[in-house]
Amino acid sequence: MALIHDLLFQGGQMLLVLLLAPLLTGFVRKVKARLLRRRGPPLLQPFRDLARLLRKDAVLAENASWLFRVVPYLMFAATWVAASLVPTFRSGLLFSWTADLIALIALLGSARFFLALAGMDVGTGFGGIGASREMMIASLAEPAMMMIVFAIALIAGSTQLSTMAAFMNSPEVGLRVSLGLALLALIIVAVAENARIPVDNPATHLELTMVHEAMVLEYSGRHLALIELATFLKLLLYMSLIACLFAPWGIGAATADPAEIAIGVASYVAKLVAGSFLLAVFETAIAKMRVFRVPQFLGAALMLALLATLLRFVSRSF
Amino acid sequence: MHGLTFDIAHMLAGSLVLVSFLELYQDRLMALINIYAVHAVVLTLSVAWQALIQDAPHLYITALIALSFKAIVIPVALRRIIVKLGIHREIDNVVGVGLAMLAGIGLVALSMVVMLRVTAEADPLAREDLAFALSVVLLGLLMMVTRRNAVSQVIGFMSLENGLVLAATGAKGMPLVVEISVAFSVLIAFIVIGIFLFRIRERFDTVDIQALDRFRGERR
Amino acid sequence: MVIDALLAVAALLLLAPAGIALAASPIGRPTVYGASLALSLVLVVAGVVSLSGHHESAATLPFGLPWLGAHFRIDALTAFFLIVVNLGSAAASLFAFGYSKHEKFPGRVLPFYPAYLAGMNLVLLSADAFSFLVSWEFMSLSSWALVIAHHHLRENMRAGYVYLLMASFGTLSLLFAFGLLAGASGDYAFDTMRATPPSAELAALVLILALVGAGSKAGLVPLHAWLPLAHPAAPSQVSALMSGVMTKVAVYGFIRIVFDLAGPPAWWWSMPVLFVGAVTAVMGVLYALMQRDLKRVLAYSTIENIGIVFVALGLALAFKANAMNFAAALAMTAALLHVLNHSLFKNLLFCGAGAVLAATGERDMEKLGGLIHRMPRTAFVFLVGCAAVSALPPLNGFVSEWLVFQAILLSPQLASWGLKLMIPAAGALLALSAALAGACFVRVYGIAFLGRPRSNAARDAHESERVSVVAMGLLAAACLVLGILPGFAIDALAPVTYLVAGGRMPVQTAVEWLSTVPIAESRSSYNGMLVFVFIAASGMIAAFVIHRLASDKIRRGAIWDCGFPDASTVTQYSDDSFAQPIRRIFGTVVFRAREIGEMPTPSSTAPARFTAIVRDPIWDTLYAPLTEFVAFTAEKLNVLQFLTIRRYLSLVFAALVLLLLVLASWP
Repeated sequence: MALIHDLLFQGGQMLLVLLLAPLLTGFVRKVKARLLRRRGPPLLQPFRDLARLLRKDAVLAENASWLFRVVPYLMFAATWVAASLVPTFRSGLLFSWTADLIALIALLGSARFFLALAGMDVGTGFGGIGASREMMIASLAEPAMMMIVFAIALIAGSTQLSTMAAFMNSPEVGLRVSLGLALLALIIVAVAENARIPVDNPATHLELTMVHEAMVLEYSGRHLALIELATFLKLLLYMSLIACLFAPWGIGAATADPAEIAIGVASYVAKLVAGSFLLAVFETAIAKMRVFRVPQFLGAALMLALLATLLRFVSRSF
Repeated sequence: MHGLTFDIAHMLAGSLVLVSFLELYQDRLMALINIYAVHAVVLTLSVAWQALIQDAPHLYITALIALSFKAIVIPVALRRIIVKLGIHREIDNVVGVGLAMLAGIGLVALSMVVMLRVTAEADPLAREDLAFALSVVLLGLLMMVTRRNAVSQVIGFMSLENGLVLAATGAKGMPLVVEISVAFSVLIAFIVIGIFLFRIRERFDTVDIQALDRFRGERR
Repeated sequence: MVIDALLAVAALLLLAPAGIALAASPIGRPTVYGASLALSLVLVVAGVVSLSGHHESAATLPFGLPWLGAHFRIDALTAFFLIVVNLGSAAASLFAFGYSKHEKFPGRVLPFYPAYLAGMNLVLLSADAFSFLVSWEFMSLSSWALVIAHHHLRENMRAGYVYLLMASFGTLSLLFAFGLLAGASGDYAFDTMRATPPSAELAALVLILALVGAGSKAGLVPLHAWLPLAHPAAPSQVSALMSGVMTKVAVYGFIRIVFDLAGPPAWWWSMPVLFVGAVTAVMGVLYALMQRDLKRVLAYSTIENIGIVFVALGLALAFKANAMNFAAALAMTAALLHVLNHSLFKNLLFCGAGAVLAATGERDMEKLGGLIHRMPRTAFVFLVGCAAVSALPPLNGFVSEWLVFQAILLSPQLASWGLKLMIPAAGALLALSAALAGACFVRVYGIAFLGRPRSNAARDAHESERVSVVAMGLLAAACLVLGILPGFAIDALAPVTYLVAGGRMPVQTAVEWLSTVPIAESRSSYNGMLVFVFIAASGMIAAFVIHRLASDKIRRGAIWDCGFPDASTVTQYSDDSFAQPIRRIFGTVVFRAREIGEMPTPSSTAPARFTAIVRDPIWDTLYAPLTEFVAFTAEKLNVLQFLTIRRYLSLVFAALVLLLLVLASWP
């Protein structure tokens, strides 16, 4: 009985993230437009975009291989599995023991690995640019993320996301310097990984300095729809991660209780709304960096995360 | 000893270290001066918090001095100077940002090790704040060493001085006299340096230290 | 057990002259490689039986030194490495069945191949210093013969020369190490060495000598210079063995000396090992990103993975010195599991590179491209290898890296300040090297297999032989199985960690759903099988739903490329352009990388030229001055060749007088 219960919650979490992801992106776009004094696209526009793309034929280049066709499904699957493991409204997910935070980062890494390969598949200059720059950003963002995981795991005593969320919600955590440093580093890494300004521009499609859009230039139809959905899911994943680790108030404990669940869902949605606002304001207020300033930006994140881990090694109270 | 007061003091000291790192990351003078103003504000908050928990009202005055002089007067004056000298867009690093930050991490690690070993018997709250303060001092010195522009070196000197103030307020029972003299010495140093900057600029049309070395006959 | 293993090794040694005899005939290749395959499998079985049965066996044969004899022994450590080495040998032999058809000079390869296998196994089986060193040299010499098999190419001769030098240097270090361990009594059997550990200072010296000696064979920076020269020069099945298997024999040597024979470790022993390991990992992958030659990239990637193994070994030493046996077992398991994983996927990658070389005749990635269409099966298994080496779940590379990170998370409990600072730095460098490895292998696969063919050789490539594809497929399957079900391998390693680290990890096969739980359920766990199942299920559900409810039609069209497609294949990204951002970030500091662009003046028809200069810092600072010094000294000493008889006589006279003086003043 408990097993069925837990399975239902896990399934519910998976569906929830799938439905909320396009809505989140739609909301961010709407807020950005409003900040620029435009009316902006409707909130549900990403859903309509996905539906439109899914119905179209997929046009493939003549020399696109089987890898090109398989990668969108692989990328979507990896990102969806990763997103379902992050506690949103309730910790103690059934499958939280299958992959801890390190495995989650590696799952996102494999999604990126295969997307970069797909970019190189057709053999164009654009695909190469996208893949090359994506791997450059990854070569700094991934170690930064790993050090952030170390810093938080050394405080929480575990790399399991459910245990971490439960610990962060308990009164033992206190205000710690290394947590502050880790939060700052995580925000920088999240901006870089989701291809947001100042690292990459998610809105235009024809710039030579773009990274993510260059890799998916040859995709169309349902393949493009899956890749877009995976991108939405990744943004949701990072926001949920920041919320569950640094703003865990309201996450229900593993023992379900309908009132607590309702509070959990409500607080989760509130956190997403707050996060979208902050992201939109940040993106509107700041200009995009030139490409070779990005390594310094990410290097700063790596240094901050390294400092956070170092402080934890040096003393228990940092 | 994990009360909230302890944690907040820690957070403020750690934020001072963080802002020192942000200073190292900057390569434009205007941004550097703004970050220094933030540095002084964080110092103010930290000193004020220490005043609250140590129940030492004279520290409030220290905080006020830090706020008014270091966070407002000096940055404003410096901004005017660099706009007048026309150097407000210059980029002036000797080593790249990455290497400077790596060296910064090494210095923080070094100060942690030194402080926590040397003061093994002291009060935990003071020990760790001292460790952070030493880090700020070393990072200020690093900034002075890795910059060419005289104004950035002045800012490095002032962040170093902020670190000293942090150390002094972390330990209990520091008299106000020391703080006033320290503040005045900074002010005087600033005035002197400012005058020199004007003179140097008039004479040689530059404040780049390397160029000045050439005129001194030191450079081959 | 050990007698059976020795008989198999003897059979391998007998194959060598058989190889000479049969080299010219058509049954030569299948006989030699087939027999090698069979004998390697026999040795794998011997290893498995010893490891799972938990029994040790020893034997002493009347070879070698008269008062010592030749001791051979299979204990848990030897059994595990026997499995690793011979699995790799079996796979390489199976691959060589098909691949060696392309070998133009079989007489230069066939005799030395089984001798090489025999040498490696003898090193593992030896239980005294004399047989160990003789087998070690035998292994080096037989592989050297294989490296210079194609001696008509100048670079191969140079590679062989450097290899021989470094191998001799390594053996010399090991000789001194064993000499110190044997002590004044001069008894070289491992049992006696184990019973009488040396004093603290001598043990420190043994550690450094073992690190230098075994490390130079394993490829630790800065003693790695021979590896990227020698590994590509040898025929591909031998490259696979050298990278995937011989480096592991070197790791075995290090573990045997430092963890088993040198006695209890001091608190600071782990620091040089950690430092060298972390530097090796990062430098290895940075070098790999700068290379154009496919095999050289793989050789540098081997260096990176050896660095990871040594970081884990350093952690194990630190924990063992602090009597944290459980954590030491975790770190040691991580190291040994990475040894096994790396031998599997590096074998696979080198075999794939060999297949590409056979199909196109090119190792230069700049001339490859589009091979996924011409060699689809090879491309698929090579993709699995690239994913495994980049530590992507659910394959095996991820499991061992995950275990190393878990070991790092246990290390704040260590007391020493130096370690408290060094371990987070090592962890950061390890994470950096893992991320850069991903970039490196996206580059390798993307340039060599994807895109459009950049030369006629790539355009006309053909698929590899069936047997070779089967061999690579088996290796790829092994990578997947080890990634999904690592618990069995971890449990099998328990006797080994008991032997060297004094503890073991929790029983993995008892955990529900066969998850991997290194420390405790609440702390961290990972289930490769379920991750694999989830990803496969989600992907298939998505495919099914979309194809049913939306659309499943495909149209083919021209390349889009923003509306400006270029038919010329040189406009795609090249290996150099792919690495350019990383070269600019890391290379300017590490390699003094510079880019020079020469643009012609307007109205000139001269071409524009772009030059990227990369200098190897270790060659410039260590090897070049050393070789100059040696050449200088040799020049000066050359005078001794041309002395008169009177001068020779006076040299002899002076030596005699000196020795008499020493004798006179001996206390």
